[in-house]
Amino acid sequence: MWYSMGSVAIRVEQLGKEYRLGSAEAYRTARESLMGAMRAPLRWLKGDQNASLKSSDFLWAVRDISFDVHQGDVVGVVGRNGAGKSTLLKLLSRVTEPTEGTVEFRGRIGSLLEVGTGFHPELTGRENIYLNGAILGMRRAEIRRKFDEMVAFADVERFLDTPVKRYSSGMYMRLAFAVAVHLEPEILVIDEVLAVGDAQFQKKCFSKMREVAKGGRTILFVSHNLAAVRQICTTGIILHRGALIDQGDVNPIIDKYLAKELSEESQIEIVETASFKVLSVEINGESGPVIKTFDRVKVMVSFIPKVDIGDPNMYVGFLTLDNQRLAGLDFKDFKTSGRLAAGKVAELGFCIDNFPLMPGTYQVEVHLKDMANGVIEILSRTTRFDVAETPVYGGRRLDSWFGMIGMRAHALLNQRS
Amino acid sequence: MTATIDPPSSETIARESNIHTVLRARSGWQPINLKELWNYRELLWFLTMRDVKVRYKQTALGALWAVIQPLFTMIVFTIFFGRLGGLQAQTSIPYPILTFTALLPWKLFENALTNAGNSLVGNQNLITKVYFPRLMIPAAGVLVGVVDFLIAFVILIALMAWYHIVPTSAILLLPLFILLAVTTAMAAGLWLSALNVEYRDIRYVIPFLAQIWMFTTPVAYPIDIVRTKLPAAWQSVYALNPMVGVVEGFKWALLGGRPPGMIILISSFVTILLLIGGLFYFRRMEKTFADVV
Repeated sequence: MWYSMGSVAIRVEQLGKEYRLGSAEAYRTARESLMGAMRAPLRWLKGDQNASLKSSDFLWAVRDISFDVHQGDVVGVVGRNGAGKSTLLKLLSRVTEPTEGTVEFRGRIGSLLEVGTGFHPELTGRENIYLNGAILGMRRAEIRRKFDEMVAFADVERFLDTPVKRYSSGMYMRLAFAVAVHLEPEILVIDEVLAVGDAQFQKKCFSKMREVAKGGRTILFVSHNLAAVRQICTTGIILHRGALIDQGDVNPIIDKYLAKELSEESQIEIVETASFKVLSVEINGESGPVIKTFDRVKVMVSFIPKVDIGDPNMYVGFLTLDNQRLAGLDFKDFKTSGRLAAGKVAELGFCIDNFPLMPGTYQVEVHLKDMANGVIEILSRTTRFDVAETPVYGGRRLDSWFGMIGMRAHALLNQRS
Repeated sequence: MTATIDPPSSETIARESNIHTVLRARSGWQPINLKELWNYRELLWFLTMRDVKVRYKQTALGALWAVIQPLFTMIVFTIFFGRLGGLQAQTSIPYPILTFTALLPWKLFENALTNAGNSLVGNQNLITKVYFPRLMIPAAGVLVGVVDFLIAFVILIALMAWYHIVPTSAILLLPLFILLAVTTAMAAGLWLSALNVEYRDIRYVIPFLAQIWMFTTPVAYPIDIVRTKLPAAWQSVYALNPMVGVVEGFKWALLGGRPPGMIILISSFVTILLLIGGLFYFRRMEKTFADVV
């Protein structure tokens, strides 16, 4: 069948994986099996030999999934927890076997489902590089050739002969990722591993992954970090409850996914403070929940006052995920005032023209105030939002050199004659 | 298809880039994929070295344990079976060296069997996260036993010098008996490791099994006792234990005596049957390891 695959690197057809649930899924003891075997004839006499295999004992983690991945594609797999992303990657990387359907691929598949698989704490960095490399499917000669490169990438030269149990967690992660990223299969399957390490190291990992992709290799990447998916991937797949619901170019796919997620999420987000019951915090761009740099963005907080509010007021702060404050708006600076009666839904918000944040994930912090009574209540939960990766400056991919704030600018060129 | 990759890696890529793989649900019995095992041969080495290094780093006496175990067992056997039990009178060869010669392959077998039997459960983090031929795990467990054996072998040489025993040319066949011991351990280890994934009881069965197995093998006593005292009908049952062939082979190769030809043949036959069965059972269970372990 391979001759019909053309430039297709992976072809998945009607793939499904069923798991047994509950105690049946866990390992059995010999006693249970013996008891089961003894009861079997009794059940058979009673005529219900299938009694132990109710359909509710089984769960399809993924089912009826079909897609093609072309050679050189970098595919982002998105979906909530439990959508079947990890199961899909486990099936592709051969850790587990499909219950139905097929996966076809050409070449070696290298999988990175966890950073540091097979690292042993007692062994030195050097020993672990060889062991981990071999586990991931590298030849000894290959590891030796890339050894210096890996060590330099991980930045652990001085600790090569120290057992990794003495490493800091950062060093450990760097070394583990270094080995994995230097694996050079035709197809690389990566699960969420970039969630580790500091921001600087993550950037290093991203650029390494892009480099790998440019080399013509095919990558499947699962992450909750949608900004990372946009940055690295060319196409995307949305999984929802074990089914593939959409696929296509990465940016529209992520937009769709976000729109769907946000519409489902905003209904359940109720936070209560002493005087406010907050129903939702919504951040929307011009055309719905997808926010783009330089868009007109609306932040609306909808709440029910529990008491009468004399002088309602609000502060909204925009923060990075590591809580660095980027911008803030205070209602009282805008000279809008009024009274709010207890028990009736009210909304406060800001409309921001020319939203300056660059693509990425951020969070919004909300303080609700009643200036008349001197009450300031900070919402215990921040709301996350994504700024979509769009061509802010003429379509180039944006890296750390461009910072977090976008600027509307014109370039000038003069020469004295 | 991957011509754009930088030169150093291209030979690896080129070799494997045209491999076309289809994954689907397999049912029933699977043949062994020898080509794949060969491709992963280096992993076997690294897994073995991992276990050896870790043990020697974690224990104060390190490699000495490989020597202490058979040496002290020999001393205890010599006192209780050789002297007090009167077994020394039954044999022309000094009892200590007779029993040590038997203990060496026995410990090899016992350690290899124990390591292999517990290996899959002990490596669940690998099994659930990365693909490689699962056979490598019990195989590495067996090889760790071989490393201990080689260390303990030095003591045997010292003992033979002490008792002025010069081996005959039969010693050339010793590697064959080592191979038989290793194969037997691998065969039983395959069964036990795969069963252990599903039934954790196996962990407790292994030491018990090893103990009973040792007493049905001529380790602590000369086989002549069995020949003269066990009813003839039971002797053929006794000979089905492949370790009888291994231990008698060792004694013959190192200490001389009657060649145990027939016993070796029976042992080899039983081992091969056990191994083929173990391989097929392992392959059959292999696909569920990651889901069950």
